[in-house]
Amino acid sequence: MVSIGQGSQASIQSSIQSIGANLIQVQPGSQRSFGGVATQRGSAKSLTTEDAQAIANDISVAQAVAPEVSSRYQVAAKGTNTNTSIVGTTSSYTQVRNVQVAEGSFVTDQQNTSVAKVAVLGSTVSTDLFGEGVSPVGQTIRINGSQFTVVGTTVAKGGNSFSSQDDMIFIPLSTAQRYFSGDQYVTSISVQATSEKTVDELETEITNLLLSRHHLDAASADFSILNQADIIATASSVTETFTTLLAAVAGISLVVGGIGIMNMMLTSVTERTKEIGLRKAIGAKRKEIEQQFLAESIMLTLAGGIIGIALGLGISYVVSALGIVSTSVSWSSVLLAFGVSAAIGIVFGYYPARRAAGLNPIVALRYE
Amino acid sequence: MIEVKNVTKTYVTGAGSFDALKGVSFTIRDGEFVAIMGPSGSGKSTLMHILGALDTPTSGAYVLDGKDASTLSEDELADIRREHIGFVFQAFNLLPRASALRNVTLPLVYKQIPKEEREKIATAALKSAGLDEQYFHHLSNQLSGGQIQRVAIARALVNQPSLILADEPTGNLDTHTGLIVLETFRKLNRDEKRTIILITHEPDVAQHADRIIFIRDGKIESDKAVWLSLTCSKKHFLRFPVIRCARV
Repeated sequence: MVSIGQGSQASIQSSIQSIGANLIQVQPGSQRSFGGVATQRGSAKSLTTEDAQAIANDISVAQAVAPEVSSRYQVAAKGTNTNTSIVGTTSSYTQVRNVQVAEGSFVTDQQNTSVAKVAVLGSTVSTDLFGEGVSPVGQTIRINGSQFTVVGTTVAKGGNSFSSQDDMIFIPLSTAQRYFSGDQYVTSISVQATSEKTVDELETEITNLLLSRHHLDAASADFSILNQADIIATASSVTETFTTLLAAVAGISLVVGGIGIMNMMLTSVTERTKEIGLRKAIGAKRKEIEQQFLAESIMLTLAGGIIGIALGLGISYVVSALGIVSTSVSWSSVLLAFGVSAAIGIVFGYYPARRAAGLNPIVALRYE
Repeated sequence: MIEVKNVTKTYVTGAGSFDALKGVSFTIRDGEFVAIMGPSGSGKSTLMHILGALDTPTSGAYVLDGKDASTLSEDELADIRREHIGFVFQAFNLLPRASALRNVTLPLVYKQIPKEEREKIATAALKSAGLDEQYFHHLSNQLSGGQIQRVAIARALVNQPSLILADEPTGNLDTHTGLIVLETFRKLNRDEKRTIILITHEPDVAQHADRIIFIRDGKIESDKAVWLSLTCSKKHFLRFPVIRCARV
């Protein structure tokens, strides 16, 4: 159970990491009308291509900057069509968002300058439009009525989030602005910090730069910044709670199992009263009888522990192999299982062992 | 040497107190073969528990090999039992799921003797008790009555006790097997000079000993030697308990 908890924690962290490491996302703030009614965050048009350019040029800890314009449009190929996200961006997107090209090439700076009508397909989109295993490179698609040439595809990343990077089409930023949005604004700017340590510094510098460029003070900022570290921390705390819950369930079953062990040992002591009497008569001390029964109960629980560990490993393997939940079995959880089963043997075997040791040899020998 | 000096035992129950032994004194020298006899309720079981260091007297002294066992703690009594006393129980009380050999090694386990040596000593004890070597590794519940009795005697002897205490050893046996057991005790007494105390309520069993202590109502009623008779007839038994038939 603990392995399932730790496994899902690891998988959530790695999927967040796969979006891109040391990432900061700048989004436009919500637009306020004069009456003070706020619209959806990100709906305002306050960030421009120039803002992105300024971040790239002026801030030293910004390693790569990828502005993007995204919107959903109907996309058609020969006889098929789909509705997907069209992302206008620059060549740095691959570095910032950790996108890998499977075939052909990604959007280049040159295509951006020349406002080329080229498209790079996400793996899901490629399958939807052209079918499994068919190369779309060189084919023509129509996005919202305009004709685009497919120049590449990206490697499938998996993940089941509702904004999967597999279900996107990437086109040059300038093309998206000219043919679809018709202005100079962008819907978000993704910035990668030079290292994990500079993420916070980057966040401060972006805030200061954009405030001065937009001539605003901190209270009226028209943009918001999402720090990936915060997202990871939140997700981690959720999965930690989940792991604790699973551990609690496991703990309750241990107590129930322990009572079962105690019951078994008490039955065994009663059944073997005559043997205990005999052992005492031939010179066994209290302590020796107590140790014998304690050792028996520890052996019983350790055997149970080994079976449990084997079963746990098997189930984790099956669950992972079937792709239900990814699990990771850590040494510490195996050692914990071992230690706990021995401890259960001692705790719940102690009372029966004491009972055995305390038997009067005369009475025990007469017991039928 | 066993000395019992003015031993009393009082049981306190919810209904009041009950004197099981009311001042019993006797001495048993090393190498004696003694039967303690008495009807049920006479206090002979209580006396056996005290002689076997399973219990302590309320007052008086029980001195075994110069050591007073009457005031010892539970664990010290266990030491006495382990070092000085070999028990043969009425039902023999072997561990049913253990081999004959393992049953005999059991007293040595508590003497902290290493495993290999334990088995060597136990093998020797089983041989001298007359068990066929092919049965050494049989589980004790697969053995016949006679074989079980040999294993039980081997177990009693294996830690070289100064006293062998047999509690109704023939109680569950048919006459023939019972006689074999008694004959084994006689041989142990004669050939190895072991001190043997036989607890019984049957006169014909008691007559196999050299001396009979008769107990009634918590007191010694008689303490007599047994004489051998060369002519065996029913009437000898009627003159109990002084004559034993020599043919046995």
